[in-house]
Amino acid sequence: MSELAPLKKRSDVKVGDTILEVDDLKMYFPIHQGVLVGTKPLKAVDRVSFTLNAGETLAIVGESGSGKSTIGRAVLQLLKPTGGKVVWMGKNIAGLKAGAMRKHRADLQIVFQDPLASLNPRMTVGDIIAEPLTSLYPKMKRDEVRERVRQMMAKVGLLPQMINRYPHEFSGGQNQRIGIARAMVLEPRLIVADEPVSALDVSIQAQIVNLLERLQEEFEMSMLFISHDLSVVRHISHRIMVLYLGNVMEIASRDELFEKPRHPYTQALISAAPIPDPDKETKKKRIILEGDIPSPLSPPSGCVFRTRCPRAQSKCAKEIPDLAARGAKSNRKVACHFPD
Amino acid sequence: MSSVLSVSDLTVRFATPEGEVNAVNNVSLDVEAGECLGIVGESGSGKSQLFMAVMGLLAANGKVAGSVKFEGKEILDLKMKDLNKIRGSQMSMIFQDPMTSLTPHMKIGDQMTEVLQIHKGMGHRAASSRAVELLDLMRIPEAKKRLSQYPHEFSGGMRQRVMIAMALLCEPKLLIADEPSTALDVTVQAQILDLFAQLKKETGTAIVMITHDLGVVAGLCDRVNVMYAGRFVETGTVRDIFYDPQHPYARGLLGSMPRLDEAKGEHLSAIPGQPPNLQDLPPGCSFQARCKYRFEPCVEDPHPALEAIGGGRKKACHLKGLSRDGEVVR
Repeated sequence: MSELAPLKKRSDVKVGDTILEVDDLKMYFPIHQGVLVGTKPLKAVDRVSFTLNAGETLAIVGESGSGKSTIGRAVLQLLKPTGGKVVWMGKNIAGLKAGAMRKHRADLQIVFQDPLASLNPRMTVGDIIAEPLTSLYPKMKRDEVRERVRQMMAKVGLLPQMINRYPHEFSGGQNQRIGIARAMVLEPRLIVADEPVSALDVSIQAQIVNLLERLQEEFEMSMLFISHDLSVVRHISHRIMVLYLGNVMEIASRDELFEKPRHPYTQALISAAPIPDPDKETKKKRIILEGDIPSPLSPPSGCVFRTRCPRAQSKCAKEIPDLAARGAKSNRKVACHFPD
Repeated sequence: MSSVLSVSDLTVRFATPEGEVNAVNNVSLDVEAGECLGIVGESGSGKSQLFMAVMGLLAANGKVAGSVKFEGKEILDLKMKDLNKIRGSQMSMIFQDPMTSLTPHMKIGDQMTEVLQIHKGMGHRAASSRAVELLDLMRIPEAKKRLSQYPHEFSGGMRQRVMIAMALLCEPKLLIADEPSTALDVTVQAQILDLFAQLKKETGTAIVMITHDLGVVAGLCDRVNVMYAGRFVETGTVRDIFYDPQHPYARGLLGSMPRLDEAKGEHLSAIPGQPPNLQDLPPGCSFQARCKYRFEPCVEDPHPALEAIGGGRKKACHLKGLSRDGEVVR
């Protein structure tokens, strides 16, 4: 069979149009703390707002517990947000029921961190990649499904003749390719990539990063790239959002953020990441933050970062800094009372 | 300078139902007093098993051959009782996951003083004050109070500090660190790497840093050994390996790393394919299937030996030369 027609028309969205708007997103989890204390909300994500354009990659970076994966899941409605709006192509999808979400599923897909754990071990690769198609396009002919699966396998760098094998017969990198093929077979407009290369070795990681970049160009899709690895983020993304304890610290275009970070947390994060260059690494001034990330159950008052911030003053304990635009010409926003 | 650790011709094999796994093949290395040696390789390259063998910690189905000398004395054939006098006191190892390396039901203080009571015959009080001293050195706040806490009361970064403190209690000549910062967040990793830098400057303990992260090696180590499929493929100073890698794998590894300090370039230069199956190594060089400079001897001749190429560097490759811009001399 020759190249199949695209699954859906793309003419309604141009590269650069805003397709996703997240406004004041809140995701709280109730934590039961005992009979006398009752339940207390764990604010995993608090007051997060951002937009995403067609064809753009926005990286969400932060350390463990910063809420970056939770945002990804709340955007896809895999978690129902406690508050705020998720506007997808002009329609608020926050809190939609599973049935109503179904028609958006073909546009919104996810790739997980652990490639093997996210694939059903008892299904063949062909069935795994075909499942989204057969579920959302029940009338599609069996031959066409099979052919779309084969062509997608070739696109992600898997040999189509391996279609009847099982996940355990593949390496970690190849399993991640299967996970990507499963997400891409619906030709989605948005992929949430949740630490897609963190579990892979360096040489394999580069293959997958290149693959994601190639697919994004070919399908003109947008990507929310969730990662803790700033080097990968610098390579793959157009804009970057830095999270700390569920709050946005800074959001800016890639080069602005890396060349002149303005939030003290962004500065520390960038200076902490090791660079594979002995001269630069030994000369580099590293900002060492004291202590650990506080518990999200009892976050600090005011600015959540103030307990580890080298610039903290009394104002920081009293007032929560707004995520405010900085600089007339750029789209940079910083949540700090005393930014650089 | 005298070698603290001298490994020669070490081979590690594991017997499995599917056949024998060649985890480490004829590896030799020396660690000098006070230096920091980096061992770099991807998963399955044998970097951890090599040092598990050195420490006598191989799994029951593992077999080791060759020689391991600690301060000139052969330790590979030592009885457990004699080996225990060396490891934990003169030679210690810390692992990636600090939670599984600490005993969950024992107070941190008891775990630390136990080491001193056994190896140094210290009394409880003296051992406690030495433990506090080390926790202070590792910049753990309120060290005295911390002694009576259990591992679960510590954060990941704090547990790793406790592990390093424990490893240093008896002032070892050699500290082997197996991915000590990999499980930690970036800002906490920076704290731990800063501690290692301080250790190196202040104690004179030789450090072996086993890692997959070239960035960690760049800032800390003096020399690097690059490992692939159970063999060292290139060894040299950090500057040599990072600025002028001579083995195609070492070069490929550096090229496939995205860089924080460089604006986005073209696609990353990924190494195609994947590491070979250690149960069934290909004929010739184990990297040949993924190597873009491959020529006849790489497939036909046995695996190239690790040979000196001048300037204290060594490589295991049939290529005579590899220039910075990718020109090869065959």
